[in-house]
Amino acid sequence: MTRNDDIYDVMVIGAGFAGMAAALFASAQGLKVVQTGATGGIDFSTGFIDLMGVHPIAEGKRWQNPWLAIEAVIRDCPKHPYGLLSKDEIFESVDTFTRFLAEQGLEYVGHFARNTCSVTPAGTIKRTYRVPKTAWNGSLALGKKAPTLIVDFHGLKGFSGTQLVETQKHHWPELKTVRIQFPGGHGELYPEHMAWALADPTVQEKMIAAIMPHAVDVEYLGFPAVLGLNDPQKVVDHLAELSGKHVFEIPTMPPSIAGPRLRAVFDRGLPSLGVCTHSQKMVTDVQVLDSGMFEFSVGTGAAKLSVTAKKAILATGRFFGKGLQAERKKLVEPVFDLPVVQPEAREQWHGQEFFAPQGHPVNSAGIEVDERLRPMDASGRPAYDNLYAAGAILAHHDWMRMKCGAGLAIATAYKAVKELMR
Amino acid sequence: MNESFFVVCCNRSEGAVKVKTLQTRVLIVGGGATGTGLARDLALRGVPCLLAERRDINAGASGGNHGLLHSGARYVASDMEAAVECREEGAILKAVAPQCIEDTGGLFVAVQGDDEQYVADFEGMCKKSRIPARQLDLGEARELEPLLSDKLISAYAVEDAAIDPFMLSLDNMAHALALGAQSIRNAKVIGFSMGNGRIQRALFLDETSGESFEVEAEIVVNATGAWAGIVAALAGADIHILYSSGSLLVTQDRLTKRVVNRLRKASDSDILVPGGTVSVLGTTSVTIDSPDDCRPTVAETDRIIEDAQAMIPILATTRYIRAYAGVRPLVLLGESGDARSVSRGFSLIDHARDNVDNFITITGGKLTTFRLMAEKTADMVCNKLGVTAPCVTRTEPLPASTMGRWTEPGLAPKSWVRNRDEADLILCECEMVSRNSIDSIIENMPGMRGNSMLKAIGLRSRVGKGPCQGGFCGLRITGHLYDQGHVSDEQGLTELKTFVGRRWRGFSPVLWGLPMVQADLQEALYCGALDMELDHNTDDFTCEDDE
Repeated sequence: MTRNDDIYDVMVIGAGFAGMAAALFASAQGLKVVQTGATGGIDFSTGFIDLMGVHPIAEGKRWQNPWLAIEAVIRDCPKHPYGLLSKDEIFESVDTFTRFLAEQGLEYVGHFARNTCSVTPAGTIKRTYRVPKTAWNGSLALGKKAPTLIVDFHGLKGFSGTQLVETQKHHWPELKTVRIQFPGGHGELYPEHMAWALADPTVQEKMIAAIMPHAVDVEYLGFPAVLGLNDPQKVVDHLAELSGKHVFEIPTMPPSIAGPRLRAVFDRGLPSLGVCTHSQKMVTDVQVLDSGMFEFSVGTGAAKLSVTAKKAILATGRFFGKGLQAERKKLVEPVFDLPVVQPEAREQWHGQEFFAPQGHPVNSAGIEVDERLRPMDASGRPAYDNLYAAGAILAHHDWMRMKCGAGLAIATAYKAVKELMR
Repeated sequence: MNESFFVVCCNRSEGAVKVKTLQTRVLIVGGGATGTGLARDLALRGVPCLLAERRDINAGASGGNHGLLHSGARYVASDMEAAVECREEGAILKAVAPQCIEDTGGLFVAVQGDDEQYVADFEGMCKKSRIPARQLDLGEARELEPLLSDKLISAYAVEDAAIDPFMLSLDNMAHALALGAQSIRNAKVIGFSMGNGRIQRALFLDETSGESFEVEAEIVVNATGAWAGIVAALAGADIHILYSSGSLLVTQDRLTKRVVNRLRKASDSDILVPGGTVSVLGTTSVTIDSPDDCRPTVAETDRIIEDAQAMIPILATTRYIRAYAGVRPLVLLGESGDARSVSRGFSLIDHARDNVDNFITITGGKLTTFRLMAEKTADMVCNKLGVTAPCVTRTEPLPASTMGRWTEPGLAPKSWVRNRDEADLILCECEMVSRNSIDSIIENMPGMRGNSMLKAIGLRSRVGKGPCQGGFCGLRITGHLYDQGHVSDEQGLTELKTFVGRRWRGFSPVLWGLPMVQADLQEALYCGALDMELDHNTDDFTCEDDE
């Protein structure tokens, strides 16, 4: 095992939205930050940043104004993690986060007090708080029901322009679609390869040439999100210039390119802020030293290393992120073995209907924290003075039904950092 | 040969409403193993028939069982007649329908704590029923199947095999259709018009179109398995059936080469059957009030695992990818209440006994004896019709069909590799089912898609059966169905939800370990990202400002 004699101010465990946000906020405070974590939710992200959209979930009530929705959810579900933050803190956190993304070339757009509607790859309409700028024209086109052509490609599976047109045709009659051959592409196409190819202006020109005969009477051109990896806005702008149309992207089915784009931003941006990242490595063990500091074992085999930190933020997510583990009889938190608030027995974890509007009881399971976001032990006291938790691992929310995933991750990460600075 | 919807068709005035009337000689209600087997048997004898199935092929117990072709050894103690039937039928099916069968062989094993008297009597009982059973020494048994417990006390080799019930029924149906029989799916029988001690007409509801239609037939056969009592009651006939729900678990990997049975008096969690790339473990026996209530539960899942690990310890920790359940139709002959003590033999009832001359019910029995059940039923039908043609299904090979072939694990990927067509994308990545395979499946099921074409594709292929349980392939195939014009408007999304909802029944009981991770991802995708749980047709859903 490699020993790392550095002592970090804070160890961020997790590399999803919450982990990335925590590392960002902590380093911005001048802390010496180390971060670990395997592929988090970010890799399966659509790239949208939800803040709060639906409450009460059993009624499927959708909110235009996320702030009013947050007020309502805090009133009705006082244990919801948003209840630990003020509205100003939530706004500040999301704003700081998206400003960082913009500085790194991934600009986000949205209103202050209004959710934005966007078309999903399934053809449903989703409300979200911030959309990548490359998707913004799509929201405008949808809002105006403008004449729009969705372009899709032979060989790119999981994205059907016809599906979008069919599901929207009664609401958006001037939406149409065309399937073209991707320049130089044959057989199965992968979003990441297409994105690389589209960095080449001649590929862009060939593609637009193939599209234009079908785009005579449209104002907008919509594409699956394959328009460049590192600087998609540049590709979008060039395609707009070539076509004379407003151009936008629609996320593809996860894992889409939105994940790699976000990850690339953090891979570039966090080290420049001094964050030491051990990406794709998991914490395998933790010891509390006499000083109260944590000593983590990170990774396995020859690459195993030891990391010492004064404080830690647990942002390991839920089951997909491996922050929570389901054994046959109970749910456990594998890193610190923290108590997990959960339904009594596995029989109560899930309902009989997958799409039941009220969601599944297990979705509200998770780690309970005090008002300073410190996980609590079985007796209801902070398990450690210097351990904080953020993101989806927290109990008492259903981010999937409430549409609060990214917002909750970013805001609680912000709050956790703020508390550990005290 | 395609399934065809149109039979002899005419219009009959029913009050003010015109109801389509179909005519046939024999109406078979129920498209499980027995119904499809009967359709083929009658067709081979030259008797025109129409098979009407409420949902889809093998929607009941025929699709909710182990897929085990019994050697008969399981029944030597409890039901010698059934044991002998299994032995004979097993041999016939291995000869006439080899494409549906993997002749794995089977083991019977006992472990410490099992009833030693039963073990001691086993060989003798097998001899009595002339069922081959060869005693193995324990080392040999564990060499054959290394995952067996080290607490074995006895082991026998028998002639069990694995059978693909979907391929079997689809092949039977395809052969029947090729010989001139007809079929309708998603057609629920809702009543019979009676007159002169006969069923004059059967009234159906087409659950795809929502329209009703009628069938006029000389003979009506009720082959609805667990629903036989409900259907018989529509004709005023009485059958008492005990509904015994049995749950089974599917493992991620194939754990054994052979069928492994627990050598003890028939009980829960006794049998592990390999099927292609997986193994199927079960089963339970829980009495339920209605056959429509049948679904696998968390409690049964846990019980199966806890019980079966004595036989094969790795069953405690292996990954399960889903559960499923079927209802055994156990016909109550006397006052007995316990499901396992009721005969597993079949019941063939001539409802002349209930003063309905042209109505026959065939129910009970087991998958292994479906052919015999069909033969005996067809004999009764032919007797009533005055048809003298003999049964030929004992020797006539069952042709492999394009309808049934895609249920075979490994076929889709082989075909994809063989045909290596650049444009042929893999839509189901877990089971490697490509676009061309999907198109071939769709080609063979025009119309009669029921409430979800995706679900119908799933039944006819490996789609949705891998670790993702339809989460990803469902979305990809839906896109393809839109591209091909098979669905329009929001129908594709609605059908996708139906498909995912249906897979959930089997998925939700096994959610711990990696399947829980998969379910978390699936919900994040369908609900978190795509908002598919929300109603997208409501008027209050606008994208305008509300401030």
